[in-house]
Amino acid sequence: MRPTEISELQEIVRTHSRLSISGGKTKTALHNIGDDVKNIDLSGIEGMVEYNPNEFTFTARAGTDLGQLARMLGDHEQYLPFDPPFVEQGATIGGTVASGVSGPGRFRYGGIRDFIIGIAYVDGQGNIVHSGGKVVKNAAGFDLSKLVVGSLGRYGAIVECSFKVFPKPEVLKTLRVGFPTLDEALDSLISITRMPMDLYALDIIPHSDKYFLLMRMGGVEEILLDRIYRLQRVTGDGEVIEGEADAKTWREIANFKWLQAGEILVKIPVTPKRVFELDRVLSGASAKCNYSVGCNVAWVAWRKPIDELDLKLNKLGLSGLVLLGEVDKIHIGLKKGNQFSKKVKEALDPENRWVEV
Amino acid sequence: MEVDKLLDDLAELYPNDRLLTQKAALITYESDALTSYQRSPRAVVIAETQEEVIDTVCKCHKYEVPFVARGSGTALSGGSLPVEDGIVIALNRLNRIISIDPEQRIAVVEAGVVNSDVTQAADPFGLYYAPDPSSQLICTIGGNLAFNSGGAHCLKYGMTSNHVIGLRVVLPDGEVVELGGDSLESVEPDLVGVFSGSEGLFGIALEATLRLLPKPESYKTILAAYRSLEAAGEAVAMVVESGLLPGAVEIMDNLAIEAAEAAVQAGYPLDCEGLLIVELDGELSTVEFDFKILLEIIERSGAYEIKIAKDNFDRQRIWKGRKSAFSAVGRLSPDYIVQDGVVPRGRLSEALSEIKRLSKKYNLRVANVFHAGDGNLHPLILFNGRDEGALESAEVMASEILDLCIQYNGSITGEHGIGMEKRDHLPKMFDVNSMNTMKLLHEKIDPLMISNRGKVFLTGVS
Repeated sequence: MRPTEISELQEIVRTHSRLSISGGKTKTALHNIGDDVKNIDLSGIEGMVEYNPNEFTFTARAGTDLGQLARMLGDHEQYLPFDPPFVEQGATIGGTVASGVSGPGRFRYGGIRDFIIGIAYVDGQGNIVHSGGKVVKNAAGFDLSKLVVGSLGRYGAIVECSFKVFPKPEVLKTLRVGFPTLDEALDSLISITRMPMDLYALDIIPHSDKYFLLMRMGGVEEILLDRIYRLQRVTGDGEVIEGEADAKTWREIANFKWLQAGEILVKIPVTPKRVFELDRVLSGASAKCNYSVGCNVAWVAWRKPIDELDLKLNKLGLSGLVLLGEVDKIHIGLKKGNQFSKKVKEALDPENRWVEV
Repeated sequence: MEVDKLLDDLAELYPNDRLLTQKAALITYESDALTSYQRSPRAVVIAETQEEVIDTVCKCHKYEVPFVARGSGTALSGGSLPVEDGIVIALNRLNRIISIDPEQRIAVVEAGVVNSDVTQAADPFGLYYAPDPSSQLICTIGGNLAFNSGGAHCLKYGMTSNHVIGLRVVLPDGEVVELGGDSLESVEPDLVGVFSGSEGLFGIALEATLRLLPKPESYKTILAAYRSLEAAGEAVAMVVESGLLPGAVEIMDNLAIEAAEAAVQAGYPLDCEGLLIVELDGELSTVEFDFKILLEIIERSGAYEIKIAKDNFDRQRIWKGRKSAFSAVGRLSPDYIVQDGVVPRGRLSEALSEIKRLSKKYNLRVANVFHAGDGNLHPLILFNGRDEGALESAEVMASEILDLCIQYNGSITGEHGIGMEKRDHLPKMFDVNSMNTMKLLHEKIDPLMISNRGKVFLTGVS
């Protein structure tokens, strides 16, 4: 079912007992649902509702294509600094909120949770619920707009979301330095994160026997040259990537172009201190991996049965979410549910209409 | 409700000097910074450990006695007003900084840690905690979290909830849960995000994992004086539209300047109607570059006097004036109401003109101090509580300002919360379905409504 009006969606909700939601269906693993569940495709509820470039805020319908959004913001030299992933695959803004995914640009100013300022969603009774607002600062009422980030549709169907945006930097450049070991790359990363330096993205990418540290920065040309020089004094010379090559590098990272057919993509929140032990386990299983956002998230390409990774993550005390691939479970490793999350679900969806994938 | 039985139990848990029941000892806790609301609790317990807080909540739940958690009592919306026949759980002594991890740039602190103490502890590592409410020298992290406090630097850095990544919480039924964690990323709904700003209705945060940032290498702070408040407001719109991202953009009006000057001699021009403070922070080269652009905008915006902070001492002096403005206004008037609303930044000038009109209508002086870069207004309505009807007039005027914020599609609170003060405005900002959803969530998490009873919502037990 693909409603194009919110009223149509409300009617569907009122007349079905088990529901799931999809947007651009770019995170394939999230759509493996039972036969008794009716899927609602929200890609028809789309379009910009309100964009005031002078306010640096916009409100868009949930099914709005991220690429289209980026172009509209780009026309005014603005952007969503958290680099929403899966843009090229056709991800929607609502799906990005619900799956709670941010790209490498999250490093500087924060992730999707830090830029969302308001939502409207249709609850299990078919009512429209608002939270937050359209201004950049707001402390009125419970912040359900943050709650839905990463909720995977378990509370309702997001129909509109409001965001704050930032001015786009004039120029972007990346310094890429290869290290023979992860230890050395991590040492450099930790030194850099304590420097008073505005880095847009900071990733470690293992590739052909090396660990590459990628430092992305933005601003005006002359400032970036100074910044690169300062970074090089810590990391060594490396290679400076500029212009279209820089854009392509990060597009490929945010759109997971490094993934090969048949590989399962897993998101694993981690910390710089725990990356080493995770990497040992992943290397042992010959899995490819990107450590993104200053090593706060590992994006893993897994080829073996998912149960194996589930077991390994459990041993490490880490959690994972499968985003791409055909698997029978998407939540792997340590399960974090507690009384609070249970009560939130019961309160917001008392009839349990929205499936928890 | 069995308060006496609870007090008997608490007497076993706390020594005499940390279980206050005498009227005289309770006076301190009768109100927070919104002093027009006062209420005496039945008792106050001064907790020193997380276990004591958990035990206390469990006992309150057992006897169905309401409790109010309180830090330094700097809340401006009556959010930590005690409940009659309830108890106050004072958290100031729950103030251990459990760890500072410079490699991961996080701090784990207990709820009663004072905001500026986090920055002080992080300072040797070249790090700091970004949220900086004006009361940061005294307010606590637990209170900041409960009200999702802001401060002068939200424009660039966001509010408290943007800097909290993990929590250890005791729910109203005594169960202890961990929300979030120590990574910036997560694979679950943002439970930390919804707990932030829940004003104590979801239980008590015992400890928080906070993000730390590298201290900015350089600052440039500029003061610009305008002949009218509206002109200062228009300058803000110009700065925001330019694409610059200043750390802070603040405005003070003549009355606020007068008060701040008398209190701390910040070096503000006394004859100006609207004073704009803009601060750039970050890398030296970026700040220097952006400053040239900023200066050009300020010169174009009609400022008749421009001052640039010469050194850190000068900068601190400017901020001391700004941050002491609320309390300094006490010199001008025996009583005042601090209001906290948000309008879209492009409508600042309009909102200021309206506030001026309301000031004339009610014949009440208003001092304006606000976070202009966020559109966050803080009109301080001055009155003398001894004059008959003065408080009522001030409250009606404050209420009209909030109505204005709603009409402009803004918010009734940017950082002070709903508390007691704005309970009747929340349903004006949110429709029935949205209000009901929030109430359902509240009732599910706290069916007995013992955690900070009577705040945020008008209905329910009070």
